[in-house]
Amino acid sequence: MSGHSTYQPKSGAMKWLERRLPIASLVHSSFVAYPTPRNLNYWWTFGGILSFMLGVQIVTGVVLAMHYTPHVDLAFKSVEGIMRDVNYGWLLRYLHANGAAMFFLAVYIHIFRGMYYGSYKEPREVLWILGVIIYLLMMATGFMGYVLPWGQMSFWAATVITNLFSAIPLVGDTIVTWLWGGYAVGNPTLNRFYSLHYLLPFVIAGVVVLHVWALHVAGQNNPAGIEPKTDKDTVPFTPYATVKDAFFVACFCVLFAWFVFYIPNYLGHADNYIPANPAQTPAEIVPEWYYLPFYAILRSIPNKLLGVTALFSSILILAFLPWLDTSKVRSARYRPLYRQFFWLFVISAIGLGYLGSKPPEGIYVILSRILTLYYFAYFIIVLPLLGFFEKTKPLPHSIAESVLKEGVPLGASAPSSRAKA
Amino acid sequence: MTRTLSALIVAAALAVPTVAAAQEQQMTPPRQNWSFSGPFGTYDQAQLQRGFKIYKEVCSNCHSMELLSFRNLAEPGGPGFTEAQVKALAAEYKIQDLDDKGQPTERPGRPADHFPSPFPNAAAAAAANGVAPPDMSTLAKARTYTRGFPWFIFDIFTQYQEQGPDYIVAILNGYKNPPKDFSLPAGGHYNEYFPGHNIAMPQPLQDGQVTFDDGAPNSLHEEAKDVAAFLMWASEPHLVQRKRIGFQVMIFLIVLSGLLYFTKKKVWKAVELHPEKLEQKA
Repeated sequence: MSGHSTYQPKSGAMKWLERRLPIASLVHSSFVAYPTPRNLNYWWTFGGILSFMLGVQIVTGVVLAMHYTPHVDLAFKSVEGIMRDVNYGWLLRYLHANGAAMFFLAVYIHIFRGMYYGSYKEPREVLWILGVIIYLLMMATGFMGYVLPWGQMSFWAATVITNLFSAIPLVGDTIVTWLWGGYAVGNPTLNRFYSLHYLLPFVIAGVVVLHVWALHVAGQNNPAGIEPKTDKDTVPFTPYATVKDAFFVACFCVLFAWFVFYIPNYLGHADNYIPANPAQTPAEIVPEWYYLPFYAILRSIPNKLLGVTALFSSILILAFLPWLDTSKVRSARYRPLYRQFFWLFVISAIGLGYLGSKPPEGIYVILSRILTLYYFAYFIIVLPLLGFFEKTKPLPHSIAESVLKEGVPLGASAPSSRAKA
Repeated sequence: MTRTLSALIVAAALAVPTVAAAQEQQMTPPRQNWSFSGPFGTYDQAQLQRGFKIYKEVCSNCHSMELLSFRNLAEPGGPGFTEAQVKALAAEYKIQDLDDKGQPTERPGRPADHFPSPFPNAAAAAAANGVAPPDMSTLAKARTYTRGFPWFIFDIFTQYQEQGPDYIVAILNGYKNPPKDFSLPAGGHYNEYFPGHNIAMPQPLQDGQVTFDDGAPNSLHEEAKDVAAFLMWASEPHLVQRKRIGFQVMIFLIVLSGLLYFTKKKVWKAVELHPEKLEQKA
């Protein structure tokens, strides 16, 4: 996808195919010869990890769908049937449920990496926005998947989240009825969520193709945040990036397997092992951990409409990041002030996640408000102003120079910014 | 950077005790020793058989366990009853069915039958008990208690997943006379560990209530542990297989990661020693 292909078909069959559909040269130029900056650290392997996780989710999900029944009276039982009677059904379900969590963990690291090294900046704005779209689709898919087992938390999470739309003035209630397919969360809701939960991963896969395409047009960013100038600055994707990605995917799988085999219900909620009961509200309704920061933002604002607006803005504002950040320097390595604000942002996002799991009362609300304020201030005040006031450090002349000057062997992780400073 | 960070940590540390004090007084269920905890955990067959006896003689009078079948009792990783024992056990029950002419009839149970429920439906169960007793099929995974910070982080590493059985043991041992200032609603029972302390279920188990065939001790605490272990198996019948396969997967993945690490080192060493090669390559 970048430049003309250097691929030369060798066998007769491949020559025949090349003249009719040059798919082999497409793969060759995208995943073999594709020049990748030689200074990428392990934070850059999360793109590969995410592709792997999408594959895991689709494969396990397709098999689970063969055994699942989307009906309010049968959904819970069919999931338990998978856990008890389907051969290795427990494994499929735990892989899928924990896989979703691992998918989100990886995407959060991927997003934070992009923010730290300024990967959203010119000319990668479209690449970044496609990423935000994938993230939004993931959130929708994850939410609808959580509803399918039709436990107490499934049902009540569906009720709470769909009810958010009732905050829209005038047409809110009509929209909620339309979403539900009735006057309460019920069988039509479950059916459409199931249908969409099966559809959206393939939409994600489609946008991932665009994301990778955009990546291969603009080229990868790198820890130095400067563009490769000569061939010395890059290495071919295969074998260098492939083997590095493979190694880290395997490491990530150790973590994944730890959750699946040893603590499969750690990230879930006990109430979801109680069948859905519309007549009984659970003591507390908590979304899955990966939505908690946004849940905290929602609840930190007493007005429903404003709360919902803040919730959606907190995600959509990411799409405007390329224009909110006014600094010409990409990498936080050369932005001493930005680095502090960035880590504060990470801490506030994690803090909001913790607060989202707590009841909305007392000190929790106050802390949520402070962190919500910082969350938005980071985008609206800090980033636009920092570009004008920050005194950045001198950039290296080339990637090769940045690698050699720091005396770091090729392929090793980038030196920590602290050690350099 | 470090100054801003430490200020934030101090602020957080100050906030925590206030929060803890503000929370409602709720007793934490004591941790029990379970044969099925940890990476090599397995069910104790004798304990599951004792637990099943308690379920059969006590719990099943009010609680259903509709997701389980008699055949499950003979499946690997479970209580380890023999096929013949299960067949005989199932035959003790009368199962509602239709005969060849489509007329309602009763027949002796078969291993493939689900455990029969004590009440025909939830409304009947509620009418007889005040509140419908919850189905016990997934009970051990459907009950928990708040671990709080920082314990919930340690739990990832210690693999503590037995909150459910710990809570069940605590509830069964938690019946006490209510304190003087506690007004217990009619039909309620005071329990130290139940959220709000007012539980609808009267104390179900007493010291020495169930006599075990293997002569194991049958104090209330022992009975509670046995039945909680049985409920854990009922909720997670493939736990033993899961942990066994998990260990194999872990070994495989760690070896694979190691091999890939050295492969990666070898591949990258070439350009490390001869960076000029890159120019020809690309």
